[in-house]
Amino acid sequence: MQITAPWVENRQLVDKVSETTNPNYGCRPEDRPIRLRIKYGLINLDKPPGPSSHEVVAWIKRIMKLSHAGHGGTLETPVGVIPK
Amino acid sequence: MQVHADIAETTLRAVLNEFTGEIYQKPPLRASVKREPRKRYIYKIDVHEIEGRRVLFTCVCQAGTYMRKLCSDIGEVLSCGAHMQELRRTRAGPFKEDETLTNLHQLSAAQSDFEAGDDAALMKIIQPMELALNQLPKIIIRDSAVDAVCHGAELALPGVVRLDSAIDRNRLVALFTMKGEAIALGRSQLTSREILDQEKGIAAKVERVIMERGTYPAMWKH
Repeated sequence: MQITAPWVENRQLVDKVSETTNPNYGCRPEDRPIRLRIKYGLINLDKPPGPSSHEVVAWIKRIMKLSHAGHGGTLETPVGVIPK
Repeated sequence: MQVHADIAETTLRAVLNEFTGEIYQKPPLRASVKREPRKRYIYKIDVHEIEGRRVLFTCVCQAGTYMRKLCSDIGEVLSCGAHMQELRRTRAGPFKEDETLTNLHQLSAAQSDFEAGDDAALMKIIQPMELALNQLPKIIIRDSAVDAVCHGAELALPGVVRLDSAIDRNRLVALFTMKGEAIALGRSQLTSREILDQEKGIAAKVERVIMERGTYPAMWKH
């Protein structure tokens, strides 16, 4: 039995209907202004060995002056959300 | 990994090879899960260097595999014992050691630039949260259905525009706008085929809303 890692899975999208989106609402994730980018953002952080993920999240909250931040558990990826 | 006796390189490689594929692993004494043997899949073990009793390798494994335990189990099979010396996570889902990888110094410098009015560096470091969802099957929905979903409504079939071709029933799916914004996480109620072929019914139930209500106009009646 050969199982592939989840990131090797080839995902494909299919259309149900054809439709357009109104440019007046929302915005593409890559075009979000910096404040929203921070609010709905994450950092792929190279955590030094030693300090715990929890400590590193606390430092990031202080550096970036955030009220809320967390990390992806076993992903060990601090995720920044909701600036003060 | 540090092996506790001098073992021939061919033996070492052969034993490491045995640890690919399906393995059984009992979580260590101090673990946050129940201590009973469980199955994990090791996709790949690549040996980079063997220097005396020290072995440097990359292991691509399923989530929840204990690396320290893997090393000591390898030691058991070698019958001399072995332990893990050092560990570095080089990948977790979509996160890997690429141009997005940032250290605390870079973050703090980018934050100072931002406070001085230049957000370019910070914009590069902070990734849209949609990145974390890119391994989930997606359903892309109409603008007119977005606000209802933001209020926790079930996603009805007429709201679906595009979708992953391989969705099963009762799977975790991510609901996206046509602009590529994540709206919510949900549970599929039908397969991709059924969603494509049918006109009436519920495609997914919302479990966790991500987008703020009111981002898109409400097209539904209170």
